Amino acid sequence: MKGIIASPGVAIASAFVMKQTVVEIDMTPTANETERAEQEQLFRDAIAATEQQLNEVIEITEQRLSAKEADVFRAHLMMLFDPTFEDAVMEKINGSAMKAARAVKEATVEVADMLASLDDEYLRERAADIRDVGGRVLDNVTGNVRVSLNDLRDEVVVFANDLTPSDTAMMDMNYVKGFVTEVGGRTSHTSIIARIMGLPAIVGTGDILSHVKHGDTVVLDAVDGDIVINPTAEELAAAEAKLEKYLEHVRELDAVKMLPAETKDGHHVEVVGNIASPADCKGVLENGGEGVGLFRTEFLYMKSPELPSEEVQFEAYKTAAEALEGRPLVIRTLDIGGDKAADCISFPAEMNPFLGWRAVRMYFDRLDIIKPQMRALLRAAAYGNILVMFPMIISAEEIFKMKEIIEECKAELRAEGKEFNENMPIGTMVETPAACINADKLAQIVDFFSIGTNDLTQYVLAVDRGNEAIAAMYQPLHPAVLRAMKMVIDASHKEGKWTGVCGELAGDERGAVILLGLGLDEFSMSAGSIPTIKNLIRRANVARVREVVEECLTYFTTEEVTARIDKLIEEIYA
Amino acid sequence: MVESNFVIKNETGLHARPASVFVQKCAKFKSVIKLKKDGKEANAKSIISVLSLGASKGSEITISCTGDDEQEALAALIELLDNLEE
Repeated sequence: MKGIIASPGVAIASAFVMKQTVVEIDMTPTANETERAEQEQLFRDAIAATEQQLNEVIEITEQRLSAKEADVFRAHLMMLFDPTFEDAVMEKINGSAMKAARAVKEATVEVADMLASLDDEYLRERAADIRDVGGRVLDNVTGNVRVSLNDLRDEVVVFANDLTPSDTAMMDMNYVKGFVTEVGGRTSHTSIIARIMGLPAIVGTGDILSHVKHGDTVVLDAVDGDIVINPTAEELAAAEAKLEKYLEHVRELDAVKMLPAETKDGHHVEVVGNIASPADCKGVLENGGEGVGLFRTEFLYMKSPELPSEEVQFEAYKTAAEALEGRPLVIRTLDIGGDKAADCISFPAEMNPFLGWRAVRMYFDRLDIIKPQMRALLRAAAYGNILVMFPMIISAEEIFKMKEIIEECKAELRAEGKEFNENMPIGTMVETPAACINADKLAQIVDFFSIGTNDLTQYVLAVDRGNEAIAAMYQPLHPAVLRAMKMVIDASHKEGKWTGVCGELAGDERGAVILLGLGLDEFSMSAGSIPTIKNLIRRANVARVREVVEECLTYFTTEEVTARIDKLIEEIYA
Repeated sequence: MVESNFVIKNETGLHARPASVFVQKCAKFKSVIKLKKDGKEANAKSIISVLSLGASKGSEITISCTGDDEQEALAALIELLDNLEE
């Protein structure tokens, strides 16, 4: 059986199958006031019992996970006593003569559907909370006993259609070795909990509960996304070997992630993280990131109908800089337009938005946007190692104009007596063919380059990265893209400057190996990729990688490059 | 009954955590408390009802309180909304 890998790992254990018992609901109406009063009392008692259970769940969750995880159940308590829910139930008992069970069930569906119908992810999650709470109340009304994972004695892999926060909170995690659910995706509750607990999980398997029985031996292979029920002796031995290999891999990554990214023959590079808000710094540091190579500032603009003030921006940049404790923080100025829009800036309808009024191109028409951002950056740079870079540059004129704007901002800040960094380094993103071809000139007027491989691939190849019809043509390892990147890296070194990559390519094993061979100085990626890439770099021999990559630059096709690099990666891990 | 108009100022609006803080405050008063926005009415003591109102930053709402402690309730709620933290 196959599914989506929600959290990696391998587990071999017996199956614990959670099947939702179908509760019989009494659909007959009540006959008189006395019966209605009884049903009302039944409902009141169920509320009291549910309150007590939830309080137990909160206590257990606080012990096993954290106070924050328990907040979900505090929200459940609030839902339990919510007048909207309560009024709906009472109306059905007293107004529509329903028995308590039917009233609770129908009120739950009604309220949950109402919330789920609103176009808001947060409210849809609350709909799930209402279903969870309503289910508990219903169990208490009907006297249904829930299958409990609280009292396990064997190591198990839990199989369920889906798991609610109540289910996972009650599990004795000492015995739970993994999860399989029929529904859900990478962001469902089960997936998130599995990743927090570091347990393997496969979700979205479709019908699996009718194939697996309670107590079956199962192999949960969340490396290749496979589930084997009642494995043969051979399959079991293979799974054990895989588990051992996986554990070794995890230990290896854990051991190296905090070490410097240095090749066997002593070549040092920087491995840093991409972030979208100051809070992301923590994950970067925990994974061994040596700083931040791309701070996307768009988040400040996305959530509000008005432009973010200088103060709001200053606080965000300062918070991130301080969290990094002196490590470099490369901040990209607003990169909006193309496929990204915001409520606070109105964009004209364009034939070719990716070639249109976006990123740096709008700054000169909208000084009211770029100046507050630049002032905030200059001020925050007094509190840490902030470097700034501009997106979508095609010419030296744009850099000159940006420098004029920066000088204006500095003069203003000086006049106002505000503290700022006079020497904040200025770099440019390299995403356009123009910037690659002119890299030798640009390298003379900026302090560093950062290649945005996602856009660079799209512009060098003239392939829209959002168009599925030509998705196969979108090849970041196309020889033209590699040669463009080589021009950029070489040009920067000639002027004694450095080049980073902050696109997907740096966090990809193939991409990272090629970039190492091309002489890249800084690799910026999502936090989760850092340990893998550091490990790869530490196992590589840079002289050997350069030799192979240079050979790749002479190839005719992407396919040849990919095949050669795959062979090299095998060699590195051998 | 006393009532007052208010324009939501905080980033999140009456949503998520701010909504739950607001509802918990409302529950402390005896008065019947209602919120109105664009003709929709919500029971301010119900988180479900308040959330479904969809009051975001910039929304204009009317708060009405009816009961013994109506004056006190209205003043306290306006003060809370003025100082809502995310």
